[in-house]
Amino acid sequence: MYEFAYHKPASVADAVKLLAADGEAKAVAGGQTLIPTLKQRLARPTALVDLSAVRDLVGITVGGGKVTIGAMTKHVDVASSADVKKALPALAALADGIGDPQVRNRGTIGGSIANNDPAADYPSACLALGATIKTNTREIAADEFFKGMFETALKPGELIVSVSFPVAEKAAYMKFAQPASRYALVGVFVAKGPAGARVAVTGAGPSVFRWKEAEAALGKSWGVAAVENLKASASGLNSDIHAGADYRAHLIGVMTKRAVAAAG
Amino acid sequence: MPKVSMTVNGKNVSAEVEGRTLLVQLLREKLGMTGTHVGCDTSQCGACVVHVDGKSVKSCTMLAVQADGAKITTIEGLATGNDLHPMQAAFKEHHGLQCGFCTPGMVMSAVELAKHNSNPSEHEVREWLEGNICRCTGYHNIVKAVQAGAKAMAAAK
Amino acid sequence: MAVDGIGAAVKRKEDFRFLTGRGNYTDDLARPGQAHAYVVRSQAAHATLGKIGTAKALKAPGVVAVFTGADLAADNIGGLPCGWGIKNKDGSAMHEPAHPVLAVGKVRHVGDPIAVVIAETLAQAKDAAELLDIDMKELPAVANMREALKPGAPVVHDGGSGNVCFDWHLGDADAVAAAFKKAHKVAKIDLVNNRLVANAMEPRAAVGEFDRATGEYTLYTTSQNPHVIRLLMGAFVLHIPESRLRVFAPDVGGGFGSKIYHYAEEAIVTWASAKVGRPVKWTAERSESFLSDAHGRDHVTHAELALDKDGKFLALKVDTLSNMGAYLSTFAPAIPTYLYATLLAGVYTTPAIYAEVKAIFTNTVPVDAYRGAGRPEAAFLLERLVDIAAAEMGMDRVEIRRRNFIPSNAFPYQTPVALQYDSGDYNATLEGALKLADYKGFEARRADAKKRGKLRGIGISTYVEACGIAPSNIAGALGARAGLYECANVRVHPTGSITLFTGCHSHGQGHETTYAQLIAERLGVGLDQIEVSHGDTNKIPFGMGTYGSRSLAVGGTAVVKALDKIVDKAKKIAAHLMEAAEADIEFKDGKFTVAGTDKAKTFGEIALTAYVPHNFPLDKLEPGLDETAFYDPKNFTFPGGAHICEVEIDPETGVTKVVNFTAVDDVGRVINPMIVEGQVHGGVAQGIGQALYENCVYDDNGQLRSGSYMDYQMPRADDLPSFKVATAITLCTHNPLGVKGVGEVGAIGSPPAVINAVVDALKDHGVRHIDMPASPQKIWGIINGNRRMAAE
Repeated sequence: MYEFAYHKPASVADAVKLLAADGEAKAVAGGQTLIPTLKQRLARPTALVDLSAVRDLVGITVGGGKVTIGAMTKHVDVASSADVKKALPALAALADGIGDPQVRNRGTIGGSIANNDPAADYPSACLALGATIKTNTREIAADEFFKGMFETALKPGELIVSVSFPVAEKAAYMKFAQPASRYALVGVFVAKGPAGARVAVTGAGPSVFRWKEAEAALGKSWGVAAVENLKASASGLNSDIHAGADYRAHLIGVMTKRAVAAAG
Repeated sequence: MPKVSMTVNGKNVSAEVEGRTLLVQLLREKLGMTGTHVGCDTSQCGACVVHVDGKSVKSCTMLAVQADGAKITTIEGLATGNDLHPMQAAFKEHHGLQCGFCTPGMVMSAVELAKHNSNPSEHEVREWLEGNICRCTGYHNIVKAVQAGAKAMAAAK
Repeated sequence: MAVDGIGAAVKRKEDFRFLTGRGNYTDDLARPGQAHAYVVRSQAAHATLGKIGTAKALKAPGVVAVFTGADLAADNIGGLPCGWGIKNKDGSAMHEPAHPVLAVGKVRHVGDPIAVVIAETLAQAKDAAELLDIDMKELPAVANMREALKPGAPVVHDGGSGNVCFDWHLGDADAVAAAFKKAHKVAKIDLVNNRLVANAMEPRAAVGEFDRATGEYTLYTTSQNPHVIRLLMGAFVLHIPESRLRVFAPDVGGGFGSKIYHYAEEAIVTWASAKVGRPVKWTAERSESFLSDAHGRDHVTHAELALDKDGKFLALKVDTLSNMGAYLSTFAPAIPTYLYATLLAGVYTTPAIYAEVKAIFTNTVPVDAYRGAGRPEAAFLLERLVDIAAAEMGMDRVEIRRRNFIPSNAFPYQTPVALQYDSGDYNATLEGALKLADYKGFEARRADAKKRGKLRGIGISTYVEACGIAPSNIAGALGARAGLYECANVRVHPTGSITLFTGCHSHGQGHETTYAQLIAERLGVGLDQIEVSHGDTNKIPFGMGTYGSRSLAVGGTAVVKALDKIVDKAKKIAAHLMEAAEADIEFKDGKFTVAGTDKAKTFGEIALTAYVPHNFPLDKLEPGLDETAFYDPKNFTFPGGAHICEVEIDPETGVTKVVNFTAVDDVGRVINPMIVEGQVHGGVAQGIGQALYENCVYDDNGQLRSGSYMDYQMPRADDLPSFKVATAITLCTHNPLGVKGVGEVGAIGSPPAVINAVVDALKDHGVRHIDMPASPQKIWGIINGNRRMAAE
């Protein structure tokens, strides 16, 4: 790691101020992706602004047809929340499958979404459920939020405050883990909710995306039969030593089918 | 340099660290507590697992400054004198360790599992240990040890 | 039998310190005033290396020194030696290029060390390393062996015949050719034995320290064999006599072969500690380990087996390319030759065998022994070929093995490839495994799996291996540049407690317990009275360390021999004390008695007398009770066994899950069954890892694509089942304990059992062979006829 200054503000306002004052400063939430990145010297922030003392950013509220999760809420707390399990069990299950127990004890939803790692799990839930990402300045629809590999609609210094997920009638997440890293090689979140039938795919492409053909098919008639013979296109998908684009495309189909079956 | 203070195994400690100092570096290099190990650089292997405020975390993926004010428990803090903690005793009884390098992280991770689940199934143990890699044992005896250790911890309450 | 003696599942003496965080691993050391070394490594696979500008780095905060290959050359520091020479078919010596400690003129693989930066902290050393001005020009690289053999391929080392290190053979080519002419059927296979990284959980580390007062150097290092390191580094690299060089390998967190070798970093920190006048510490980061620890396996082989009409094996011919990497690691040339081709008879009576092995230099990390070392490659080849032969012949896979086994009454059995097996009963281990695995019930399980949409398969492998490489005179004749004996020093202290100083080294094997059991058994002393000391060349007379499953067969026998001497001497003392003839002294359960009398002395009394020799007949008897034995074995030992694997494949995703794994092994006499089972578990896990998960992948430019745990799949707890493990032993006939060895059996027997099971599961898809690792993508490709995926 390169050396950096460290700040631990107690409010969103202070955090925003610190980030605004230094263009090369970076916010750190759980740090489960950022710290490994820094250790490899792949990033060189001048300062880290640690959000862990900002109490307002932590918490889960369920009501008004929505599950709202504070940005600094840890995966373990989403996974074990009785409210989330009741309102959106697929979301609790997704959180319960992120990384390993130690990662879940530190990692946060805000960090995951802000980082937009192409193999992260949460972005798929945001897209499929039509979540709204609330920042210190505005609200951003998930469809507008994820822009590309490690790229989001967040402006420099803009912080995620919370994420609101509309409760869905049916939803499930199925992940095929990259066998070494255990990140999503292909993760598919399916939902039948207020925004209709949605299928969001993570891990397979440069950034999370919606599989429109599957959505159309499920929109017509929700069920495994609707997607059973549907083939995802391999065009533009990632290819690496674990999986070529063809295999990833194939797995999108399998995981979608299994997710729909699990969603009921 | 920032100064941090925390409780490690019940003792108050403070030290000056760089921003970039990892919690595991603080423990090993500044505090001389070398029971916590480093086995990888990508947060996969779990040799460095300690408890921070009661939860298992990878101390190679947390900055020392982030642990300011926290209560830390390391492998050195489990046994009482020469009396092994029930999970440590179970690892010995079931030959759940060979070279001993992954063992501290493995035990610390297992202790957290046992707090949530006093009677974990083989499947539950194997899933829980996703973040702890062992190269010696093939996990067979670790799984047995964790199951026995969890029961023993519940019985000791 | 003593309560804690031979055969008892004694809990390990070493566990308390490991479980309480009191282990003492090399990186745990904090020597007073120590500075930290960061090794700057090549990011190119092949490049010319010109001047290295160090001025800016030297001015960086905290920097103590920067050294390059030129600095080492100025001090006449030698290259890293190779410990085994192989002769080509024509009798000429292998190509043995220099292996500089820090690269000079050229770099030859990603990770090749270029410079070392020493600073107050590791972070400062890394900061400064970025300020080095390194003049490098990248050259075309070659990572693939077949490419390396093509005319016009980049040449890794000048001065040889292209990229060929040696071109060696073993066996009778004429007899094999004649047998193939008579063959009823010929089974053929082309296979790859995948390159692996040992990945002991403790990364390598080394601390060098120089004592200005005494002129003594100390190297603390993560080694499996500290005396070998002292010899190689002292004599060939740094030119320091043994009397002024101490090598200490404290607790070592796993080795699996990767910590046998003498590595550049050991020489660097030792040499630099005198240069900078401070202890110097280096610890590998895991991604650095991938670029600097010797890798394992990496063979490409074509083999053919000739069979008669009854399915009897007539002859075997094997043609193997073996990747040496960019330099010769310490024992690299021995692995694909004398530890591989000599095992090609396996457990079978094949009368004629001929093997050709070409070793190839490539722009990759050096390759050397990894758990099993040559023997897993031989077993995989044979056991795949035997399954293919069974299919060609339309024979049952169990039956074809039984028909070709060396019968249990044929021992000692001379194979056509140099080895003479002393004992074994391959039917017994196979029958034991078939029963334990419920082989008969398999078809019902397969049918049940089919109902669940899964493809279930079962695979068998029956194997033999050779442990405790020996004897020295034969190994020497075959090119070994070291002896292969072992040393034990049993020191009985005045109060009767005992310290064993062994030249073997424990890095997970539990020697502190197993050796103590040998002593408890023989001397009738409690385990708590016995300490086992290993790893420190200043304490231990000599030793060759631990590898090749030798610690009990060779090291344990040395202990027995030293105990013989202790008992002999103690009897003399007892005879004197009890005024009896030495011939009348009996020793049992820790007591010396005079035959036919009730006179008795305890072992403790004898020990005390040895050191308080009042009234000793000093003209006949020296004081003290401290004996050393060196033991050079007469032969290898030959563990063997049968492994049975059951897998289930998800045809939709290609994921293979091992659902049952059974191992019945003949490891010779078992001293501690708990430890023996643990060794099998660990070996099997690594074998399953090789078969399904682990793969070291280089791209065409020599860049390592699997250089961390993000891409190199280590087997995790949820990847594996619990194992069914048992032994069915025959005794080794040429060592007093009858022990054979257990460290490697798991990793040798299991990979072919797994792949045979995978092929069996896919038999309806026309599959004959699948190379390791049988990854989900590869299997999906096969099931879906996507050949490109299947090839990757």
